[in-house]
Amino acid sequence: MSVENDTPEIPSAQGSPPDKPVNGSKKDAGQILIEEFTPDRSAQPRRKRIFQTILVPFLAILTGLIIGGVFIVLTSEEFYTALQVSLWEGIKTAFSIVATTYGAWFNGAFGDWANLAAFFETGDKAYLVKFFYPFTEGLVTSIPYIFGGLSVALAFRAGMFNIGAEGQIFLGAIFAAYIGYAITGIPAILHIPLAFLAGALGGFLWGFIPGFLKARTGAHEVITTIMLNYIAFRLSDWLLNGPMQRPGSANPVSPSIMASAELPRFFDDPIRFHGGFILALAAAYLVYWFLWKTKWGFDFRAVGSNPHAARYAGMKVATVMTLSMALAGALAGMGGANEVMGINHNLASAFSSGYGFDSIAIALLGSNHPLGVVLAALLFGFMRSGATTMMVTTGIPIDIVSILQALILAFVAAPGIIRAIYRLKQPVSAEGITLAGSWGGK
Amino acid sequence: MATVLELRGITKRFPGVLANDAIDLTLEQGEIHALLGENGAGKTTLMNILYGLYQQDSGEIFVKGQPVTVHSSRDAIAAGVGMVHQHFMLVTVFTVTENVMLGDEDVHPGGVLNRKEAAAKIRHISEQFNLDVDPDAYVKDLPVGVQQRVEIIKLLYREADILILDEPSAVLTPQEIEGLFKIMRSLVERGKSIIFITHKLKEVLEIADRITVIRRGKVIGSTTPAEADQSQLAEMMVGRAVQLEVEKDACRPGKCVLQVENLVVLDDRQHVMVDDVSFEVVEGEVLGIAGVQGNGQTELVEALTGLRPPFEGKIRIDDQDVTRSSPRQITEQGVAHVPEDRQMDGLVLPFPVADNLMLNTYYLAPFTKGVVLQNNKILENANRLIQEFDIRTPGPMTNAGSLSGGNQQKVIVAREFSRPIKLLIASQPTRGLDVGSIEYIHGRIIEKRDQGTAILLVSTELDEIMALSDRIAVMFRGKIIDILPAEAATKEKVGLLMAGVIDVAA
Amino acid sequence: MATATAQPSTTVLHKHIDYVSPVRQYTMGAVMVALGLLTWWLFARTAEPGILTKFGLTPGGSTVKVPDLIFPTQTVLYVLAGLQVLLGSIQLIRRGGFRDRTNLVLFLVATMFVVAFLAWGAAGKSLNVGGLLKTTLTASVPLTLGALSGILCERAGVINIAIEGMMLAGAFSGAFIGSLSGNLWIGMAAGVATGVLMGVIHAFLSIKYKTNQIISGTVINILATGLTSYFAAKFLQTHREWNDPGVFQPIHIPFLTKIPLIGPIIFDSNIYIYAMFAFLFLLQFALFYTRWGLRHRSVGEHPRAADTLGINVIRTRWIAVLLGSAMAGFAGSYFTLGSVGSFNEMMTAGRGFIALAAMLFGNYMPFGAFGAGLLFGFFDSLASKLAILGIQIPSQFLLMLPYVITIIVIAGVVGRTTPPAAVGVPYEKEGG
Repeated sequence: MSVENDTPEIPSAQGSPPDKPVNGSKKDAGQILIEEFTPDRSAQPRRKRIFQTILVPFLAILTGLIIGGVFIVLTSEEFYTALQVSLWEGIKTAFSIVATTYGAWFNGAFGDWANLAAFFETGDKAYLVKFFYPFTEGLVTSIPYIFGGLSVALAFRAGMFNIGAEGQIFLGAIFAAYIGYAITGIPAILHIPLAFLAGALGGFLWGFIPGFLKARTGAHEVITTIMLNYIAFRLSDWLLNGPMQRPGSANPVSPSIMASAELPRFFDDPIRFHGGFILALAAAYLVYWFLWKTKWGFDFRAVGSNPHAARYAGMKVATVMTLSMALAGALAGMGGANEVMGINHNLASAFSSGYGFDSIAIALLGSNHPLGVVLAALLFGFMRSGATTMMVTTGIPIDIVSILQALILAFVAAPGIIRAIYRLKQPVSAEGITLAGSWGGK
Repeated sequence: MATVLELRGITKRFPGVLANDAIDLTLEQGEIHALLGENGAGKTTLMNILYGLYQQDSGEIFVKGQPVTVHSSRDAIAAGVGMVHQHFMLVTVFTVTENVMLGDEDVHPGGVLNRKEAAAKIRHISEQFNLDVDPDAYVKDLPVGVQQRVEIIKLLYREADILILDEPSAVLTPQEIEGLFKIMRSLVERGKSIIFITHKLKEVLEIADRITVIRRGKVIGSTTPAEADQSQLAEMMVGRAVQLEVEKDACRPGKCVLQVENLVVLDDRQHVMVDDVSFEVVEGEVLGIAGVQGNGQTELVEALTGLRPPFEGKIRIDDQDVTRSSPRQITEQGVAHVPEDRQMDGLVLPFPVADNLMLNTYYLAPFTKGVVLQNNKILENANRLIQEFDIRTPGPMTNAGSLSGGNQQKVIVAREFSRPIKLLIASQPTRGLDVGSIEYIHGRIIEKRDQGTAILLVSTELDEIMALSDRIAVMFRGKIIDILPAEAATKEKVGLLMAGVIDVAA
Repeated sequence: MATATAQPSTTVLHKHIDYVSPVRQYTMGAVMVALGLLTWWLFARTAEPGILTKFGLTPGGSTVKVPDLIFPTQTVLYVLAGLQVLLGSIQLIRRGGFRDRTNLVLFLVATMFVVAFLAWGAAGKSLNVGGLLKTTLTASVPLTLGALSGILCERAGVINIAIEGMMLAGAFSGAFIGSLSGNLWIGMAAGVATGVLMGVIHAFLSIKYKTNQIISGTVINILATGLTSYFAAKFLQTHREWNDPGVFQPIHIPFLTKIPLIGPIIFDSNIYIYAMFAFLFLLQFALFYTRWGLRHRSVGEHPRAADTLGINVIRTRWIAVLLGSAMAGFAGSYFTLGSVGSFNEMMTAGRGFIALAAMLFGNYMPFGAFGAGLLFGFFDSLASKLAILGIQIPSQFLLMLPYVITIIVIAGVVGRTTPPAAVGVPYEKEGG
């Protein structure tokens, strides 16, 4: 029997001879991490692969900032006033507008060095606090983004599109707030985990519904999660105007949670940096470990890449679908709990503002990998927190952040645009995720 | 005879592959010209260029002596070229009329469809060529053979003179193929010219006026049925002498492994796809299931492998009832499954070869310890199998999606054959592969049989069934209408059974 | 349970088992009976005998008087409860229940429940049903128009979850340009143009760059929120006069307004309602009876087949998205120019997503979507009526209903949606 098979077939893309078998030698954790983060596993050198993976997100952010700058200039009255003087004056003004805006934004995000200098001159600790405050605020703002981004990324890896992080965050916040104020007289060491896990449970339930419906009936999770977002919104509206309303208050706000349920803060006021950040990082590591180190993670990723083959290989696709959405919901729910327990210490109506959609951008910007998600969440967090200062000093509305986020998401999702602008070459395809397809029942 | 079509020096390159290499081809008025080549030789690419779906990198096309540039199918249609694609291009929720008129609609003023007029034209064409198609039927309600005739009507409606038929016999019974050939003959009698793309030697010899053989994107030569025979053509097609028969020893049947009793399986829309089926497969034999695509084979295999719960009936493996078992439980019973659609079911294409080589045993030792995957064991396993099964891949971490079809199938075979198995269920194991890979896979299947494994082979390729099976079961409309010993099965007899004709006086 | 009839399938003719899942049959029956019992327990039982309910059938401001519908509350409630239980029992007892008509019967029973609820709520009082129907129709306008936007896109194979964002953008520029120009028609045109601009982005990302269409839609939703809030904060807060376009006034159609009940509801409305009806008929006709519609749908069902017949798939999809986004922009301008008269950032409040739901509920048919729009609009207007009637049901639950119903429909528990086969799949011409 002839074993020879040298006929090239379409679409055979590999012309190279087989490599020498690689030994199953132990690699260091960092190396493995890089391999997983840079999904193209062909024979490229490592450095090039890292470069390839980071290049598009980096250029997406850069391009977003450039377009955002142009947008800010074009909507500034000073620019048009200067343009009437001369073109050169207009260009100068344009650059100065961008410089002041982005400068104020940067200082708002990372702290004003003038404050640090003032501290060394005067020795007044207040300056030091002033210097560090923006930075810690950036970290604090990132926390819900980390949770939300992890939530979307985990679901993505299992082939599910979780557009419902918003609603899951709501549910998490509701559950955590309730446990936070309704249970009294237990020590923090019990109360904090209890409230936090209650938040996770709330999100879990809200993620379980679309996961279960998709697995059992084929109902598309994008539709069901969008619907559940609004149901969650109405539900919290009702709760805060009814059963959960703070006694004696006319506003839709819950009672404050017990001090024993507050996440510990590490510095004195006004610095709000709290334990939630560590929990978020821990969650990111857990998601990473789960997805790439365990057999369950193998299930998730196989279902995400090819549900048919996963079923064929004996995996319980329905269970994975349900569980992945439920776990994604739990992560988002933790984000909601974090906001209640770490920052607000109560639940007010409409406290979550577009975290759900931002989380999608973060997950994609971070290549659906926990490490990438953490980095992207930090970026969004600092952008969001710095924008407040920017608005105060320059009068540019904070909503510029949303515009930038939309632009970055567009460029990350359509890398073809970035490649066309910067004339980059087409890379080898990455680990794919099958998504979307049709709505509706099966 | 006038030359209606001439291709000169057509070259088309895909990333990494030269699909067409300076191909020359002529088509005379009123002839059936067969384009013969094995899977992946570049036939379909060439025709897609002619039909405007791809653009050639170089070369020219002449229709009736005039040079034409074909940028889209619109240009091809305008030049009088029409094509019946291997996968039908029909909108199943539309009626026959809507499908036929689409793109060339009869309209009232204001762009309002004139369905009546179009339907009348279709009726006329249908009568003229004996096609027997109801213009008002919905395509989703029509059997495959009729759908193919709808495709032919689409071409005639557009008054195409040059018809390209891409692997038209793949989905038909031998008798339906006869019908198709009749239609083809009546078409050329009325002045049409046909390019007939196929890899089936017998059909070429039966119907073609002229034969051009393509191998690896190049024209190897032209001949006529009078001058050539099967083995010559096969050699031209593959590039070396081909063993048309699979060598195998006599069957040594052992005890019963798979036992199916009165099995009924429904599809998602509650059609009875498997209808009261009973059979057995014993150790050391190949039971071949013949039948035209869509007669319930897919659902039968799905039921046997746990992918689709049966409606009624019993399945036993080694005397254990596995009727309602999950795919994993059935795998653990020692059943291997080579799925019908390797890219959809058999592999996770974006995953590395190494992961695909343990896709259904990843949760067991040594690949998993506790809940943690053991990467070095996974790699060891991959390297061993890559060598043992001669999988051509740059390395174990290469994505399975970037391998050739033959090597992808080898990954599946390596995974399934390398664990201890009692029963092998192989569904279309060589579909779309080149002859070299087909020979390799056939050899491995026979090897397993000789080791005493029970084998259920499902194939719509009658030649494959005849070559490998010790017994042949024929499925028609969900029923196994007969099981024949290989010695008693002739191609004609099985062909008639595939068409549902039971009373054969043979 | 299983009767076999011959029915053709896609490929080979196979027998078809007409098998109604007993679970489904009994669940449906149980739901109907439960609704009937609820009608009895909640309403009929608590209604005082001898009290009358008055349903006013003349919308406010109408000159055509229709006699009010006055009936004894409790009697009617008992009758309704009885009917519901009866239908539910038939569903439970008869073999296979109502089979294909189960959904219809369920709809009937649910309607009876709602009527019973209204009768009970208005016991001893008067409820202006005519007014309720009129606000229902008004509330359905943006939902129906948004759903038509979705139908235009998705019938050609492009998912549009950006209806919300397109509407928001259209609402903003309708108010902004309408105020600046002082002309409502220019404002409306600006709203449409803004929608188209958003559509260009959607088409560019999802058709040209083959981005996942849901992500592309998300981009537009974020972008529209950002842009409108940015401009509102930058310009509208300081210049109130830039956010004061006025609204289109109702157009009375002589004679037709005299039709009892329907006349004042429909023929005394502003341009948007007439436009909605015009678009409804136009789209229904165009989709199913014209060359354009045939090609449009073929691209959503089997783009490659369309391509082989010389239809330009990419161009057809571009046109579909641009038309769809124009429709969404038009729907958006309704909020500012047809209803409120000024822009605020929360004004669409998720109606774009309810429109999406209406499209799905209406199974991609224009009139189906209109029906769904009316149903969802009904809950909307009922929610605001509750307070007037003094009924102790949180309005939030009524406002949840469209979302809950959509989930139920999408899950195939009631009814079924059959999306175009190629929706969401980018078209690759050369598959080398």
